[in-house]
Amino acid sequence: MSDVNHWRRVVLWWLGTSIVATLLVVLFLAPILPPGNGSVEASGQVVDNTVLLGISTPIAMAVLVYFIYALIVFRERDTTAVLDGPAIRGDARIQTWWLVVTTGIVLFLAGYGTVRMLADGAGGGQGPNPIAKPAGAARALQVQVIAQQWKFTYRWPSYGGVETATLELPSNRMIEFHVTSLDVIHSFWAYQLGVKADANPGFDNVAYVTTKGPLTFDIHCAELCGVWHGYMFEKGRVVRPNQFSAWITQQRAQNVPATKSLPPYSKQYFPDPQRRGG
Amino acid sequence: MSGYAKRVTGIVVVAAAACVLLGLYIGLYLTNQPGSASAAQSPAGAHLYLGTVPASEGTDPHPSWVSYYAVDAASRNWRHDTTFVVPANTVVTVTIYNYDGQSGLRNPFISQSQGTLSGGFTLDGKPTRQIGPDTASHIFAIPELGVSVPVYGVPDDAKNQCANAPCGLATAHSTTTFSFRTGKPGVYRWQCFVPCAAGYIQGWGGPMQTVGYMDGFVKVV
Repeated sequence: MSDVNHWRRVVLWWLGTSIVATLLVVLFLAPILPPGNGSVEASGQVVDNTVLLGISTPIAMAVLVYFIYALIVFRERDTTAVLDGPAIRGDARIQTWWLVVTTGIVLFLAGYGTVRMLADGAGGGQGPNPIAKPAGAARALQVQVIAQQWKFTYRWPSYGGVETATLELPSNRMIEFHVTSLDVIHSFWAYQLGVKADANPGFDNVAYVTTKGPLTFDIHCAELCGVWHGYMFEKGRVVRPNQFSAWITQQRAQNVPATKSLPPYSKQYFPDPQRRGG
Repeated sequence: MSGYAKRVTGIVVVAAAACVLLGLYIGLYLTNQPGSASAAQSPAGAHLYLGTVPASEGTDPHPSWVSYYAVDAASRNWRHDTTFVVPANTVVTVTIYNYDGQSGLRNPFISQSQGTLSGGFTLDGKPTRQIGPDTASHIFAIPELGVSVPVYGVPDDAKNQCANAPCGLATAHSTTTFSFRTGKPGVYRWQCFVPCAAGYIQGWGGPMQTVGYMDGFVKVV
């Protein structure tokens, strides 16, 4: 081979392209990453996705740069003679660096993910006894999410236990979702709020979210739950606190007959089967 | 033709026939859909008449399954259609003749009507807002339009009960009527929320999971 230092060339190319690509990703792609900025947790997820992309971009560039460099520089120019290349031999220095770098990345991600999750639960369901309670959780507004085939309804223990067919939330307020199901396994996914929590029958799954400004968000079931699973979606709204007060007052008045029929509020909503349906 | 050529020809013919049959099966599957029933038009708006029975007709593929049917104003002319066609931006009145018994709701909240023009409905001619959760036979709900109305079930001790479709008004039944306003054209699903599928776990299998019995589409055109 020639005296060209391929290793140095590849590293320089990798360094240059990585800096450019990572800057492009962080500056232009990160702001439009899902799930958006509908809540503190959603914004946190965007930061997490940005960090992950920022770390994985140089790794992807290393693979791409080496691949393209090898295709161009190490290609066989004499097509009449197909010869095998030099034998590949182990290199303790490269192997050591490989182990150090990959172990470092994995350990960092494990630590980063754990710290981020423990901060506020990251919008995920934490079961009945959450360990990642955000600061101020004791003052959170409780909302029970009741899933059934194929609709979500919502119950409000702070407002006389009224149940509503739609979901409206006050802006800039911490919400404590208690997600459960009446029948099969569903999953409550409030996309722009960055909330996803399984709805299991007879089980209280707690998820925290702190809303931001007014917005309309999409609610989907994220667990295949039967023939109309694909239709189990609706819109929720985050509104100003005074609008929320008016809405919940109107809901309480409108749903007086139904509220009288409801069982006392409980964190598990799993009434006994009725007549023939049992 | 040599033996080898014959074998190759035979394989090609069989493969082509299999492809045609498979294509036909897929084509029929994709284009097959339950029949539809259009709302009756009148100067007052559109009127949809439905019937619900504890069991379908004896000739149905599932004669023991509970089901909705499209009927006429006198509860005759039963058709096993669960796609209902209604006009856009119109008041649609729905009358449901229910011949089925009481199954009960898992979620009592749904025993109250939602999304109708008056907020309520009439049950056997009486203005009503809610029925006892245990007395519900079915629900007629179009979740995307916010419409949900409970259907009162025939009491267990009622005389002259009807078992299989078609059922006449001379047999025990309840009559539920409500109105709602349609918006822009679109296809919306409707469904029952009462776990009314007898013989299935918690009443949620069979006709509750099969389009054409306790669910279907409302086509707003």
